[in-house]
Amino acid sequence: MAVLVIADHDGAHLRDTTLKTLSAAQGLSGDIDVLVYGEGVSAVAPQAASFAGVRKVLTAESPELKADIAEAVSALILSLADNYEAIAIPATASGKNFAPRIAAKLDVSLISDVIDVVSADTFTRPIYAGNALETIKTSDAKKVLTVRPTAFKAVTATGGSASVEAVSAPAVALKTRFVSDEKVTSDRPELGAAKVIVSGGRALGSAEEFTSVLEPLADKLGAAIGASRAAVDAGYAPNDYQVGQTGKVVAPDLYIAVGISGAIQHLAGMKDSKVIVAINKDPEAPIFQVADFGLVADYKTALPDLLKALG
Amino acid sequence: MKILVPVKRVLDYNVKVRVKSDQSGVDLANVKMAMNPFDEIAVEEAVRLKEKGTVTEIVAVSIGVAQAEAVLRTALAMGADRALLIQTDEDLEPLAVAKLLKAVAEEEKPDLIIMGKQAIDGDNNATGQILSTLLDWPQATFASKVEVSGSELLVTREVDGGLQTLGVALPAVVTTDLRLNEPRYASLPNIMKAKKKPLDTKAVADYGVDIAPRLSVLKVTEPAKRSAGIKVDSAEALVANLKTAGVL
Repeated sequence: MAVLVIADHDGAHLRDTTLKTLSAAQGLSGDIDVLVYGEGVSAVAPQAASFAGVRKVLTAESPELKADIAEAVSALILSLADNYEAIAIPATASGKNFAPRIAAKLDVSLISDVIDVVSADTFTRPIYAGNALETIKTSDAKKVLTVRPTAFKAVTATGGSASVEAVSAPAVALKTRFVSDEKVTSDRPELGAAKVIVSGGRALGSAEEFTSVLEPLADKLGAAIGASRAAVDAGYAPNDYQVGQTGKVVAPDLYIAVGISGAIQHLAGMKDSKVIVAINKDPEAPIFQVADFGLVADYKTALPDLLKALG
Repeated sequence: MKILVPVKRVLDYNVKVRVKSDQSGVDLANVKMAMNPFDEIAVEEAVRLKEKGTVTEIVAVSIGVAQAEAVLRTALAMGADRALLIQTDEDLEPLAVAKLLKAVAEEEKPDLIIMGKQAIDGDNNATGQILSTLLDWPQATFASKVEVSGSELLVTREVDGGLQTLGVALPAVVTTDLRLNEPRYASLPNIMKAKKKPLDTKAVADYGVDIAPRLSVLKVTEPAKRSAGIKVDSAEALVANLKTAGVL
């Protein structure tokens, strides 16, 4: 059976999420094609073609695909769906937006947030904010899955030389108009791909404090910056920083939680990190129950000390 | 303008999730249930649009057990005008839920459907998108701002890397994200009034749609527990430990 993997990229590079989805797809089949849509596909497609085991790379461009309009993206994927038994999509905000549409049109049950491919029809996924895991078997002939990237290792083996083939995006009568984008630009690594994340909570008290306290540490460690829901709700950090059940799910090598109490919904987004550090002045904070190393201290003194100790 | 708001009864978000020892599911016996928090945000947004004068009627609909009437009463107390319960004891998949909601939408003919982006039990994040597809109405998911502008709805969405604003033609399906609004608490007089608001009950069979499950749950387990580590007493000790752990 062949699998179509939908690539996530930034217009110049494939994102790590794609490499991890490829890894999940390898658990389904040896025949993997990759679809790269949007803009900059001519730069991104050869990267996808270079991975071992990729059979073919398909590319498609249009203004609607560039704007990631769900109706347009799902129509494109559906026009290719006949050739595949499974479609694997990174479980990003973008993927979650269009994946259910494909399942709906194919009249199959979407399998979302897959964390383990048990067999070609059996998958494990988190429910209840990751407080339980369900293993489900589908009876649908065609599978549409979204893959939680943090649960898989990125494919690394290159040496592939898949062909690249342009496909045309089907015409769709859209009832949706793209108005504007407000993207947060940053020189830091992306949250989803960062090896180190420094994350702040409501204890930081203000947007200025959030920035002035966390940035020096993040700069020192080459880290991405994250935030708890409370910090985002309070306006200390943009929504894109949110780590948790309803924000981003991350699993870096090192996660440093500063002034974060550790609400269940936050833990759901970071508890698969390799090493967790908690800095909080409340010794009873639930974050300490999942932290490998806890420092009970006020961040106001602890962070300058930490910067000094890092040299 | 008329709004349809689907709401789901779920385990209250403050309740600790317990997996049954026979791995058949999560224990829901004798625990507090409540309206899915994202659906509360949807009800709130509908009520605010009504308060602005844009909306004339809000219909809340739930699909679930008889006790789901309680979450519909909550929606009525928050400001919905009437409610519909499609009663079933089965745990329906998003595809089946969307097919039933499509049938409801065809009867009710709302101009807008606002619903939570996901329910905090199944965490699928799928029903709104499926419903939009089945109805062939435009979708605007993960909304953090909704504005009516003539026959168009301007929706600001939380996306990877920031925000995106779309204009969608009505009728449309919108799913709510956390920052769209802060839901109100229903006042006691409104809770009393809600008891007298109309609430219809129907059966799944009344709609004649295919709700057969496609997925079978083989087991539900607890995730691997993370054991608590050690407390360190200084930043120096922390750095030393991180170096030993190989992450610095």
